[in-house]
Amino acid sequence: MDRAFPMSDSLQRTPLYDLNLELGAKMVPFAGFEMPIQFPAGLMTEHLHTREKAGLFDVSHMGQIRIAAKSGDVKDAAAALETLVPADYVGLAAGRQRYGLLTNEEGGILDDLMVANMGKDLLVVVNAGCKVQDAERIEKALSDRCVVTRQFDRALMALQGPAAEAALAPLCPAVKDMRFMDVIETELATATGSVPVTVSRSGYTGEDGFEIGCAGTDADRVARAILAQPDVLPIGLGARDSLRLEAGLCLYGNDIDVTTTPVEASLGWAIQKARREGGVREGGYPGADIVLKQTRDGVARKRVGLVADGRAPVRAGAKLFADAEGQKEIGVVTSGAFGPSVKAPVAMGYVTPEYAAVDTPVFAELRGKYVPLHVRAMPFVAPGFKR
Amino acid sequence: MTTYYTKSHEWIRVDGDQGTVGITAHASEELGELVFVEAKDEGTEVAAGDAAAVVESVKAASDIYAPVAGTLAGFNDALSDDPTLVGKDPEGEGWIFRMTVANPDDLKGLLTAEQYKSL
Repeated sequence: MDRAFPMSDSLQRTPLYDLNLELGAKMVPFAGFEMPIQFPAGLMTEHLHTREKAGLFDVSHMGQIRIAAKSGDVKDAAAALETLVPADYVGLAAGRQRYGLLTNEEGGILDDLMVANMGKDLLVVVNAGCKVQDAERIEKALSDRCVVTRQFDRALMALQGPAAEAALAPLCPAVKDMRFMDVIETELATATGSVPVTVSRSGYTGEDGFEIGCAGTDADRVARAILAQPDVLPIGLGARDSLRLEAGLCLYGNDIDVTTTPVEASLGWAIQKARREGGVREGGYPGADIVLKQTRDGVARKRVGLVADGRAPVRAGAKLFADAEGQKEIGVVTSGAFGPSVKAPVAMGYVTPEYAAVDTPVFAELRGKYVPLHVRAMPFVAPGFKR
Repeated sequence: MTTYYTKSHEWIRVDGDQGTVGITAHASEELGELVFVEAKDEGTEVAAGDAAAVVESVKAASDIYAPVAGTLAGFNDALSDDPTLVGKDPEGEGWIFRMTVANPDDLKGLLTAEQYKSL
């Protein structure tokens, strides 16, 4: 067994670093941060606990950015952001959140993000590893019309699972009235007084739950207040990855990157009608010509879900074949793990379109053998969202 | 029977030239709950340090190395049904594979229980 996790001096720490250590976290470097990969309960227990009760994740490494239009009208900020993202944000109502993709001139994906209409401005949440370049890109493109504010010192935590509402409501009663993808600004009661928070009813696990943003200086008492609720355990990035994979959600850098387009990534649903061919604001984002053409004419590969027939996990990087002899290569696995809730190895990857239909048998190269899998619909687990 | 240990956290229990190999309790704890265990086919010849088996947790696969040179002589089939057996009893029922040791003198180069504990 090899293991080497050298902790570099240059790694950043989230506002919950001390609490994570106090809770017994095993820390690893991730996207330039020292992050908890697991807590003493262990990945398997953390995963299953989140599906059955509720788990609290420190995701403060992610970037929060506010975009306010100089005109004062949030619709102008939304229209400006639409020049970078092929989603309908002009049509996004106040108090609602929507997934989106930052594209480049080739239609490749620079990052995926969540955008919320906060009424007076937009709140954007981006991936940790991309946040500086995302902020630079947004500032460069929008600063004539908008004030773009990096809030990288803010904390973000996700409370996920069927018991999430019951755990959060005593501290933050307004969350009871929220539906999936609602977002509000409210106050959360801690042992030392109430603090202002942003709350969205969303997450990265396929479960009902919330993401709670607060000032970095308030993060410790907010997290302690939530962890003091019944049924809440701290959860590390290890379980976060297996949970999101079972939910069929992409990990930026693995399943999507600058070499994949929204169409290839099977993320066409993230481009709403208004931005598609014939829509009221068709195109108008980087790489739109390529994405529109691919939507029309098809692509050479598609992202699909995969479930192994056997018990051996198939990991990222495994080559995919049409046959059990490894004669015809048809794609590659981009994420793979054992799915604790599915109770089988699950994966996602790219295959040529003729092998992308649900229930198509394919084979993955694994230690010199070819193990059978089937293309399956995602998510691999039933979503628990409160619609 | 004597049990020897490796720096890479395997143990080998030897009776004559017949060895039984598994991972230490410390290694098992580090890996967390296992979801899959597989060894190379019986009859495979291995050099010391060759990957002879693999143990997988939800998130990662880890190679298990042959402590000494020899020939693989069977896999613990109980692990196919219940890979968590390794975590429950890593140095007993959770053994992983058996091997015929090519040169029993090679065992002298491994660690004793005392030496392993003091790592």
